[in-house]
Amino acid sequence: MSAILTIDSLTVALPPGADRPRALENVSLELHPNEILCVVGESGSGKSMTAGAILGLLPDGVQAIAGKILLEGQDLLTLDDAQMQQIRGARIGMIFQEPMTALNPLRTIGDQIGEMFETHTTLRSSEIRARVLDLLRDVHIPDPEAARRAYPHELSGGQRQRAMIAMALALEPRVLIADEPTTALDVTTQAQILKLIRELQQRKGTAVLFITHDFGVVAEIADRVAVMQKGLLVEEGPAIDVLNDPQHPYTRALIAAVPPLVPPPPQMTGSEIILRIEHVSKTYRKGGLLARHRRVTHAVKDANLVLPRGGTLGIVGESGSGKSTLARCMVRLLDPDQGSIRLGDTDLASLSRKEMRAATRRIQMVYQDPFASLNPRRKAGELVAQGPIIHGETRERALARAKELFALVGLDPDSTERYPHEFSGGQRQRIGLARALALGPEVLVADEPVSALDVSVQAQVLRLLADLRKRLGLSMVFITHDLRVAAQICDRIAVMKDGEVVEEGLTAEVFTAPRHPYTKALLASVPGRDWTPPVSPDAVLALADTREFAPQLL
Amino acid sequence: METVARLAKSPAAIVGLLLLFLVVAMALTAPLVFPRDPLGLAGRPLQWPFVNSRFWLGTDTTGRDIAAQIFHGARISLLIGIVATLLAITIGIVLGALAGYYGGLVDDVLMRITEAFQTLPNFLLLLVLVAVFGSDIKTVTIAIGLVSWPASARLTRAEFLTLRSREFVQASRTLGMRDVQIIFREILPNALPPVIVYASVIMATAILLESALAFLNLSDPNVPSWGNLIGTGRSVLRTQWYVSAIPGIVILLTVLAVSLVGQGLNDALNPRLKRR
Amino acid sequence: MRVLLLALRRLAASLPTLFVVLAGLFLLLQLAPGDTVDALVAQMGGGDPVMMEELRRYYGLDVSVAVQLGRYIWRLLQLDLGFSAIYGKPVSAVILERLPATLLLMMSALSFAFAGGMALGVLAARKVNRWPDTLISTLGLIFYATPSFWFGLMGIVIFAVNLGWLPAGSFEEIGAGYTGFRRALDIAWHLFLPTLTLALIFLATYLRIMRASMLEVLNLEFVRTARAKGLSPGRVVRRHVLRNALLPMVTLIGLQAGTMLGGSIVVESVFALPGLGRLAYESVVQRDLNTLLGIVFVSALLVIAVNFIVDLLYARLDPRIVT
Repeated sequence: MSAILTIDSLTVALPPGADRPRALENVSLELHPNEILCVVGESGSGKSMTAGAILGLLPDGVQAIAGKILLEGQDLLTLDDAQMQQIRGARIGMIFQEPMTALNPLRTIGDQIGEMFETHTTLRSSEIRARVLDLLRDVHIPDPEAARRAYPHELSGGQRQRAMIAMALALEPRVLIADEPTTALDVTTQAQILKLIRELQQRKGTAVLFITHDFGVVAEIADRVAVMQKGLLVEEGPAIDVLNDPQHPYTRALIAAVPPLVPPPPQMTGSEIILRIEHVSKTYRKGGLLARHRRVTHAVKDANLVLPRGGTLGIVGESGSGKSTLARCMVRLLDPDQGSIRLGDTDLASLSRKEMRAATRRIQMVYQDPFASLNPRRKAGELVAQGPIIHGETRERALARAKELFALVGLDPDSTERYPHEFSGGQRQRIGLARALALGPEVLVADEPVSALDVSVQAQVLRLLADLRKRLGLSMVFITHDLRVAAQICDRIAVMKDGEVVEEGLTAEVFTAPRHPYTKALLASVPGRDWTPPVSPDAVLALADTREFAPQLL
Repeated sequence: METVARLAKSPAAIVGLLLLFLVVAMALTAPLVFPRDPLGLAGRPLQWPFVNSRFWLGTDTTGRDIAAQIFHGARISLLIGIVATLLAITIGIVLGALAGYYGGLVDDVLMRITEAFQTLPNFLLLLVLVAVFGSDIKTVTIAIGLVSWPASARLTRAEFLTLRSREFVQASRTLGMRDVQIIFREILPNALPPVIVYASVIMATAILLESALAFLNLSDPNVPSWGNLIGTGRSVLRTQWYVSAIPGIVILLTVLAVSLVGQGLNDALNPRLKRR
Repeated sequence: MRVLLLALRRLAASLPTLFVVLAGLFLLLQLAPGDTVDALVAQMGGGDPVMMEELRRYYGLDVSVAVQLGRYIWRLLQLDLGFSAIYGKPVSAVILERLPATLLLMMSALSFAFAGGMALGVLAARKVNRWPDTLISTLGLIFYATPSFWFGLMGIVIFAVNLGWLPAGSFEEIGAGYTGFRRALDIAWHLFLPTLTLALIFLATYLRIMRASMLEVLNLEFVRTARAKGLSPGRVVRRHVLRNALLPMVTLIGLQAGTMLGGSIVVESVFALPGLGRLAYESVVQRDLNTLLGIVFVSALLVIAVNFIVDLLYARLDPRIVT
């Protein structure tokens, strides 16, 4: 079958001063009718630039300087603005990552979908309304009539993405570009949206260019795969071949970094309990003085958990499940309404502010966002030394200790004088880890510590955590939404939903024999759950060469 | 250092700095160039500019040297502008920081007070303060500072609200840091750039407020003030319009200079936005 | 319904603000050197302590500060603003006479500044970093730096004295006896220059905010969506950018209502308009503290009213506002 969209030796130039001169270098791809082609890569690989180039929506200063983009034989790069406007939306549809920001907040869903017809057809408004309803029905939105009249903020994330898909497919374009369409969604919603895209694609015979960073998603949905690295296309082929028998070293390394969903054999932990959470509840109150305006959210409801000394307790759940609230209660960033948090024989929940300040050296937290979690105006070494200084250490000794900690977490000890923005995301997470370890805590609470990182960096940080745990005998609470990560690092798993712990147990048991229906649904939603990433021993080393500096851990 | 380098690259900032430099030079050299009392009688009243070489900007209705008043007026305008701005910014930062960091009741109370100040027209409030406490230059300066702080308080509060939920602030708390330390050593340095930029707006407004007050004859009559000179020229506006015109242009240029420097600072402190 | 409820709640929320204003004014009176009786006695050229005591009781100054504050607020809530010795009638009557001119001036200046600022801001944003943008932005900076009273005076010199196109001041032709439409036209003619004078600084602010807001919204993701839908650039701006970019502008009206009232003091003085601002100036000159504080109170009410309308407008524009 002949290709519907052909990218022929496309080169895209970045403006001067960017980290590299070319966003894309000599990229050639073919997209055929009735197939899903996944373009995979880490951040900065140029995968989103490819989508921008096709639609002629590159950022200011970024420009295609060589090559062709042929849509059914017509070179899009030679078209002027007015001609491109007729192609966008009508012949190429597009779905974006974040449906909340990709929809205009001040206009109704129906209005925004109808705009496709207003722009590209001469349909009357009554016909447009009927078509919009049909589309909303096609994407299985409950109560299409209400959704048509709703504003974006009145729909859930999944419904918004459905509306976005309805909009992109309104004029039945032959090509659909989906740029990370499920990345911002919860795992169960993601599974539904992936299914929907597959269903509509098959029904209409659309050619889909699906951009993603997630090999699980690739395994779930791709017919063919193209792997990109720093603007180059390094490997392309049928999904089955690429996923199970990758050829290029970079692809092999990426795939090796994907955590398998099968937990490793359980490690022995002692029976001594270091952290015991009993009947902890936390509610948020919002709104005015009048009682009827008040809205009460039960963020955590009567949570009971135990963490054995030297063990890792994973708390998994989707957004809004209360897992982060619970973590923040443990370190008293939030004050629980009820219950006790026993660290050894101290109840952290009942300490005064002053007592808690002193107790912080016993329980420390690692944060999610590598960019927001470090004060940009302090040097890296100072950030790590801060804790000990607060707790009475002299400045010189704390700074010297910071250097040791840098080495411990795999950073160059001479880089303590640098500022956070001079480090990469993975290195910043290591600084955050060193900062927490500086106080020698008994328990480490890690809130999604790897979810903002690229998959290869994520694998390294996870390995570092596992290694430190072994060497320092750390006990850890690990909050994550990613079941693959949880399977690899946690001894015990607690599943949270709507503020409640619905299931808790040994990781292997929870994964192989889930009892609660929600746990079952969660596991069934993990993209690519039937695919086991092939392991190649040389792959990890290949990554280390290209990415991070972490010699003593490998 | 980077900020200074970026500032030097912006043409607007350079023009602003140049103008500001001129005004500062006028203020500094006033006692040397015009050693006599600028408010004393100097010659025949209402001489046009560029006619008499002794009074190259002419004389006003009572025969005072306009150039001397312009030079000495620069001292007053800058002094009032700087002192009132420092006062307003200090009040604004402290109240905004407390409201933004603590939230809840503290925030409610402080914001009600801020709103009350914003609800009152600032120039009217200035009139009331002057009417009650008199109009010598110290009172006027403090009064201008007192009516100018609410916007900087709101700005600081907004910055604190976003920074407070940043993870590095939470990390400071989980390290056991005290609130005072978190507010002033962790958050404030990050919240300061927009407030510093806003200081230029406050200073520009302060200079305008003083000149308006002086124009209405409600400021200190014993100090030379540009606004006062404009007011003096009002009675001869139909014929000797230059008496009012000259000080007005000087005010315009001074305020423009302050605004341009502020804009340049803004571009330099937020390089990300500069491309827009 | 949602909008109305919201507005009522906002109105209720401004009550504490009003209370703070009143308490502040009262405090100011307490701090003022000497009380009413001192002033009276000074006017009469001295008096004995017994009589002063008598007078203090008469004016209710002998009770505790808290009671005085309570009485003061109670009086204001009944819109009893006291008596003006200078004008020889109740302050509320004096103020009511002067209110229409100020309201008219404010509304016309606001409309002009808002419309002009919006148009120029949109234009500048669409030609960002090209010459129309540079020109508009520079003009904005100059407008912002111009003292309004000076601009007014120069306007009088040019348009009234030299060209004779516009009147030099006053609200209408006195003694002309115009009525109806003819009178409205006459007033409009007289208010042209004052409106321009008052609006100038605000025009500059609005244009700057509109430009920045447009640029910000143009960078948002839904604008990229709109372009990916195949909309023409003009349509993207009209249908997706404009309304979103207007939100900060609307907020600004509320924030600047007070500043504008303050500005009218100077402008009314320059053009000899019989408005609230000029009254404020006169009462400062004549030491008529009762009238001055009455004006402050009415101004606060006015600003709260403007903010109420702004809240309604904002809620109409933005469906996300629920509380």
